[in-house]
Amino acid sequence: MGKIKDYLKNDIRMEEGLVACIQCGTCTAICPAAEFYNYDPRKIANIVQSQDEDQIEQLLRSDTIWYCGECMSCVTRCPRSNAPGMLIQVLRAASQDLGYFTDSEKGRQQLALKRTVGTWIVEHGYCIYPRKLSYENHPEAGLIWKWEQEHLDEVHERLGSNFDGEGPGVLRKIPQESLDELQRIFDITGATERFRKIEEDSARKAREMGLSDEEYFHKVYTENSGKHGRDPQ
Amino acid sequence: MKLAGKKRIWADYQKEIPQDNYFYVRSCIRQNFFPASEVTFLRILRQELGKDIYEHIHHTTCSGIGYHSDVIPLETTMTVVARQFALMTEAGYENYACSCITSFGLYSEILETWKHFPEVLEKVRRDLKAATGREFEVPKHLAHASDIIYKMRHEIASRARYKLVNRYTGQPLRVVEHIGCHYSKMFPSKGVGGAEYPYVLAGMVEAWGGEVVDYPERRHCCGFGFRQYLVQANRGYSVANTQKKFESMAPFKPDMIITNCPGCPYFLDRWQYVIAEMEGKTYGENGFGIPVFTYEEVAGLVLGYDPWDLGLQVHQTAVEPILDKMGVAYNPEKKYLGKDGQNLGHPETPAYSKVY
Repeated sequence: MGKIKDYLKNDIRMEEGLVACIQCGTCTAICPAAEFYNYDPRKIANIVQSQDEDQIEQLLRSDTIWYCGECMSCVTRCPRSNAPGMLIQVLRAASQDLGYFTDSEKGRQQLALKRTVGTWIVEHGYCIYPRKLSYENHPEAGLIWKWEQEHLDEVHERLGSNFDGEGPGVLRKIPQESLDELQRIFDITGATERFRKIEEDSARKAREMGLSDEEYFHKVYTENSGKHGRDPQ
Repeated sequence: MKLAGKKRIWADYQKEIPQDNYFYVRSCIRQNFFPASEVTFLRILRQELGKDIYEHIHHTTCSGIGYHSDVIPLETTMTVVARQFALMTEAGYENYACSCITSFGLYSEILETWKHFPEVLEKVRRDLKAATGREFEVPKHLAHASDIIYKMRHEIASRARYKLVNRYTGQPLRVVEHIGCHYSKMFPSKGVGGAEYPYVLAGMVEAWGGEVVDYPERRHCCGFGFRQYLVQANRGYSVANTQKKFESMAPFKPDMIITNCPGCPYFLDRWQYVIAEMEGKTYGENGFGIPVFTYEEVAGLVLGYDPWDLGLQVHQTAVEPILDKMGVAYNPEKKYLGKDGQNLGHPETPAYSKVY
């Protein structure tokens, strides 16, 4: 058996995520990503079900697996009780752990996600931490957010938060001993290793592309080639 | 289908929601963008209803956004969640109440996984013990915070100062209810009304005097999509999905939107602003947007709480049209003041989105 098939069969999500798909296409019909991107979860289920190692590797190196929004609308509708969205999670894990994710524009974005959400979790205990969000990176958050950012402590005080404070409450400072526990969980259960792999593979790709770390991060966070839609430009 | 038939079906989709004694865990997104909603939730439960709801200072993110952005492995997320359960166990609680829908979906997924794969549960126990020295019991009940407000909806209605009624016409306000995808799309039996007829918000709307709006894309995702919003290059996905919902609901002329997911009200609020600024298009009355609320904010309005205590000043889409329709008393001059009345200036005025 090939290394990809070995990887996939060891993920428990495969057991309930894909059993005898009948290729009805209901998942594609309900899928928000399929309406926006050149994306068809039915085809992905078919490729994985085929167990064709070469086709699956091609998939793991492609943009395709990164189009899903993991809303899981497909799970409700699948007449076989499969979970195409969960299948995507397994494929994305494989793409990163086997080192294929840097081959695609959308896959390379994992560095941005690791350095934002991933890092904030271990540094602050929150997936999102407001002192790290800038209006420049989030203009869609509106002029109200710009105002909030300029008065972050005062706004949170007004709204009853305990921002960076001791004790319970909204956005309280997570005690260091709790952050230490999170770090040890990350070390033991694989997140630290995945973070290391994302950084290592991304650094290699940046060198290949002749970009500095900063240029590479900016590129993966902001650049859209426009080749992903149902009607590519 | 006749309404009576629908009600019979809904009756089959009820879940057991505990009456009291909750262990409460917060939402990352809600704390950032709607902090007063969690403050309001605890105020209602503790001060209005006299419930015991406990928050442990050592609880953290569940890591769910990292998990659904695929940078955090399942094994890590399960162990982070197990640590939250350990804190609950140590504090002597069995009823787990979470503020976040991503968390709620994740807890549901993990509890089901542990049922079907007991060897996975045993490994998580070993990993948690090795990492933290902690042990845990699984919760007896898992409730989303909106389940609890749903359960208390009639008690809240009995204390109502305002109703979801247009004071000018006497007609019920027309309310779009938007359920977060991860509330019941993955595990229908875990949500009130399941995935077909989710009733958790509709029940609140009806109990508080409003009328639920049905429209074609009622169950479409708000467009968050995790990486599809979090990475700037992908945000077209997010706004396109929100736009699809608004185009679908607009002909039905809703007065307001109520949501139960931390992210959805943010996207439905902010993408309206973006669509207005990019295309000059608005979906509400008189050139305004359609005001978007969390269920805690709506409960707070019904109970007569000051809108600025509820945090309605940090919405980008103006909320005043609905306050005026309900007859809610508010002081516009206090909207942007600090806790002690200090002047925090005024947000800039958008080019197209109308604000007060």
